[in-house]
Amino acid sequence: MSEHRISMTINGLRHVSNAEARVSLSDFLRGNAGCTGVHIGCEHGVCGACTVIVDGLAVRGCLMLAVQAEGAEVTTVEGLAAGDGTLHPVQQALYDEFALQCGFCTPGVVMTLAALTAPGSKANEQQLLAAMSGHICRCTGYQGIRRAAKKLAAAPAGEQP
Amino acid sequence: MNAPGVGTGRYIGQRVRRKEDPRLLTGRGQFVDDIVVPGMLHAAFTRSPIARGRIVSIDTAIARDVPGVHAVYTQADLAHFKVDMINFYLVSPAVETTPLANGRVAYVGEPVALVIADSRHIAEDAASLVEVQYADETPVVSIAQARSGAPVHPATTSNISAQMGEEEPDEELEALLRDAPHLITHQVVHQRISQSPMETRGVLAVRDGAEELTLYITCQSPHLVARWVSLALGLRQTAIRVIAKDVGGGFGLKNHPWKEEVSVILAVLAFGRPLKWIEDRYENLIGANQSREAEMVLRTAFDAEGRVLASHGDYSCNNGAYPQLEECNIAVHMFLWAAYKMPRYGFLTRGWYTNTVGLAAYRGPWAMESLIRETALDVAARRIGIDPIEIRRRNLVRLQDQPTLSCMSIPIEDITPAECLEQLVQYFDVAAFRKEQAAARKAGRYLGLGIATYIEPTGAAGSIVTMTGELAQVRIEPTGRVTATMSTHSQGHGTATTMAQIIADRLGVPYEDVTVFEGDSSRGGFSPGAAGSRQGVVAGGAAIKASELLADKVRLLAGHLLETSPDLVRIENGMAHVAGKPELSRSLRSIAEIAYGEPDRLPPGLEPGLEAQYRYQPPPMTLASAANACVVEVDAETGMVKILRWISAEDCGTAINPAVVEGQIAGGLAQAIGMVLLEEMTFDAAGNPTAATYKDYLLPAISDIPDFEFVHCSTPSKSVGGMRGVGEGGAIIGAPTLVNAIADALAPFGEIPLRLPLTPTRLLSLIEGRDLAAKVEHPQPEEASAATAAADTPATVPAPVDQPVPAARAPEPAAPSGPQIDGDWKMVLSTPVGPQAMVGHFETDGTALSGYLKSEQGSMGFTGIVEGNRLKFDLKVDKPMKITLKYDITIEGARLTGKVKMGIFGTAKLVGERG
Repeated sequence: MSEHRISMTINGLRHVSNAEARVSLSDFLRGNAGCTGVHIGCEHGVCGACTVIVDGLAVRGCLMLAVQAEGAEVTTVEGLAAGDGTLHPVQQALYDEFALQCGFCTPGVVMTLAALTAPGSKANEQQLLAAMSGHICRCTGYQGIRRAAKKLAAAPAGEQP
Repeated sequence: MNAPGVGTGRYIGQRVRRKEDPRLLTGRGQFVDDIVVPGMLHAAFTRSPIARGRIVSIDTAIARDVPGVHAVYTQADLAHFKVDMINFYLVSPAVETTPLANGRVAYVGEPVALVIADSRHIAEDAASLVEVQYADETPVVSIAQARSGAPVHPATTSNISAQMGEEEPDEELEALLRDAPHLITHQVVHQRISQSPMETRGVLAVRDGAEELTLYITCQSPHLVARWVSLALGLRQTAIRVIAKDVGGGFGLKNHPWKEEVSVILAVLAFGRPLKWIEDRYENLIGANQSREAEMVLRTAFDAEGRVLASHGDYSCNNGAYPQLEECNIAVHMFLWAAYKMPRYGFLTRGWYTNTVGLAAYRGPWAMESLIRETALDVAARRIGIDPIEIRRRNLVRLQDQPTLSCMSIPIEDITPAECLEQLVQYFDVAAFRKEQAAARKAGRYLGLGIATYIEPTGAAGSIVTMTGELAQVRIEPTGRVTATMSTHSQGHGTATTMAQIIADRLGVPYEDVTVFEGDSSRGGFSPGAAGSRQGVVAGGAAIKASELLADKVRLLAGHLLETSPDLVRIENGMAHVAGKPELSRSLRSIAEIAYGEPDRLPPGLEPGLEAQYRYQPPPMTLASAANACVVEVDAETGMVKILRWISAEDCGTAINPAVVEGQIAGGLAQAIGMVLLEEMTFDAAGNPTAATYKDYLLPAISDIPDFEFVHCSTPSKSVGGMRGVGEGGAIIGAPTLVNAIADALAPFGEIPLRLPLTPTRLLSLIEGRDLAAKVEHPQPEEASAATAAADTPATVPAPVDQPVPAARAPEPAAPSGPQIDGDWKMVLSTPVGPQAMVGHFETDGTALSGYLKSEQGSMGFTGIVEGNRLKFDLKVDKPMKITLKYDITIEGARLTGKVKMGIFGTAKLVGERG
């Protein structure tokens, strides 16, 4: 299996390491870059737990190879909160609305909502809820996720709901 | 709505945000795959591609040669470890169960070999290069096939893995059913379910030294895993530490380790280096223990006014090849009519072995009782011509009827399903809905209302070996911060939050000042963790009692230091105050510094430090109740079901945190919606699982789940704090509520054959009056036709259940005389908790019999009678409840067979041989 030197920016910091061509972006982020907040739930693109932001777009880390992310700007769930620990508005909304229980699917939910509420890509309520149908949560029955999505849709882009 | 519960305090009863959430929202959770230790290697399994057959040969040479591979193990390599794959009750399995396949395979996905390699990738590469030759055999896949097919386990004579109840019809009961004004025969065929926690199974085992073993494992209780591993692997001399800080859901799958986890631990004991195995989703969907798959026929007699007169249930579940518990789900029968004024109930219940992966628990494992009862009640209401709410009002046990005993002798003294139902119909305007429904039908739209009521045993402790009390250890640190170590374990339950709320409330400190630690078997003490909707009830009581003990100590010390009576000291917001003397107020930190660091200032005899612990033993069982309603629209063109409204009126006593309570209910309801509409673990005729990805096994998404509305009916329970369990209820009551709504919507087309899930194809078959499902589903003719016939035909008795093929028997020997009976017999009794081994000692004197039965629990003597080769005697026992066991044994040569009537538990099988 061919090994490649891969460089990308992860959460604002440059990362360079080697990986085989077959390594998925989610395995690379977890194993090479130590971003264990990227959770692997199904490895076939259905559950959404591994979602990360690649060059501004929400992407399933299990359906993209690490080599395909060469040179990309990658944001994982570890990269959202401010340095002083202040939660990102998406994280705050989910926290306030009891939108998680076991927390395994949560990083993916956070990243999709963050991508779709980022300045310049403000999605409406219907679009946010439609995007959430790509995330499987086995614990909550989606009640808090729906409340948080509605709250985020109602808030000005990038601002605390 | 959302009214504060009883026992409300500054924090108890409040929607405080969860302590677990900030780390989980920022990617700082610690799940098993997040743990990395030096020298760690990775495991992958070679799994059986066939459902049944003999292993002819295993060649591991090519796999071993792959660069990066360290070892390849088969069962032969691990056989010197004597493993006893005990169940949740710590009882040995009825059939030989090994970690890796032992000469035969019995289901697709059964682990055959384990590869240890530098990386997961290499381990998987090599696992695919292990060459296994199989001699295929025809598998037994369905319950129908199990009834007549060759035994899954060659050492057994039939595929019955467990059986209770009456095999022979009870003539008195049959007469009651036959002669009643209305007899409703109702069948439910429940599909197989994958628990599907979002975090799959996984373990990292580390052998720290010859006598130390650390397991990072995703589980429902680190304490139970430590206990299970110690007993199952015979590691009494090993210090076992089990750590599971964050767990991505359990739902019954992760009660204790099974084949794969045990194989990994044995491989670590054999190889020495730390080893990690993380199940992938494909493995999880084919190889992890699954749940449910059951069929039940319930016959219920009603009088002309719709009052229940008698009932009989015949239940069968597909246990798979190696179930975590060989069961016939006795709880289905124990709770089926417990909340109703049912005079008489009889049952036959059986578990069947098949060549499918074994069953494990799933949220509300006995939920069939509510599903079949509540849907049968609606069928009855339609047939008798009364309202579904009215039929429940006429039959439910109300508070004024209590205490009473159920038809299965369960004490009922604390239930409120009837009261929940009244609150529900106060909240939801049924009359307005019926108008809307009638108008919609005129317009060709099919709306339906489903109502269901139920009770549920929660917080059980004391009657099952692993269902213990819970331990709370609370201390005020020298810093003034409060730390608690609890026996609880959250897989999303939020116990670090709810327990902190209780402690903050009862100790008088800010919620922010309390930290709860759990998830490590070296902390706290034994409990089964999340099992049986218990943590809020039992651990909540422990947290209250420990906090009160600690508060007493603070008052005692503060009173001494401030030269006042402890009775005048009150603790509030982290400060000790003396009534009327604000100048004497002291922080808990200053009191704690003295308690730990200046023992000379303590009152004589007072133990230094500010620590308290309490193990709370609650009442044996705390019953929770609920009534739910949902409104659906079924599209008659497509068969699609849209849920328009859902109201849950539940009585969970004191709600420690209503947001957490609602989260538990909502999650359970979503799983129930999945069961009714979407999820189905299917197998083809060869036993191949055909729902091996999430594109085939459909889990509910946000678009499938409505907003739930909650009505909290908070009747305090008799346990300390007044809580009732809430973990499983939604998953139990959700299914009948939704089925009833769909059946109500489609009532103009007839009764729905209740074969779950109710897919659009199946509903369209009813709407269009032709079997559309036959074209797309794998044919299972006997079951499908039985389901249709039984559900649609009024007042008929279902065809008799096929008997298993009996083993070939030698001709009846002549009646044995005394010497052929006298002496010791090794016997095994099939009980609801699994097979129980014992020694029976018999002494005959003509027709008089005496002797004793000896087991691990002790020895009991008896006297009885001898009739030829039959022995009859009675034993009175107190556990799990007071019942008389009636033994009826037949001796033929060196073999002994018999039956034991076990009161409400029906009849259990007994087999034995000369000891």
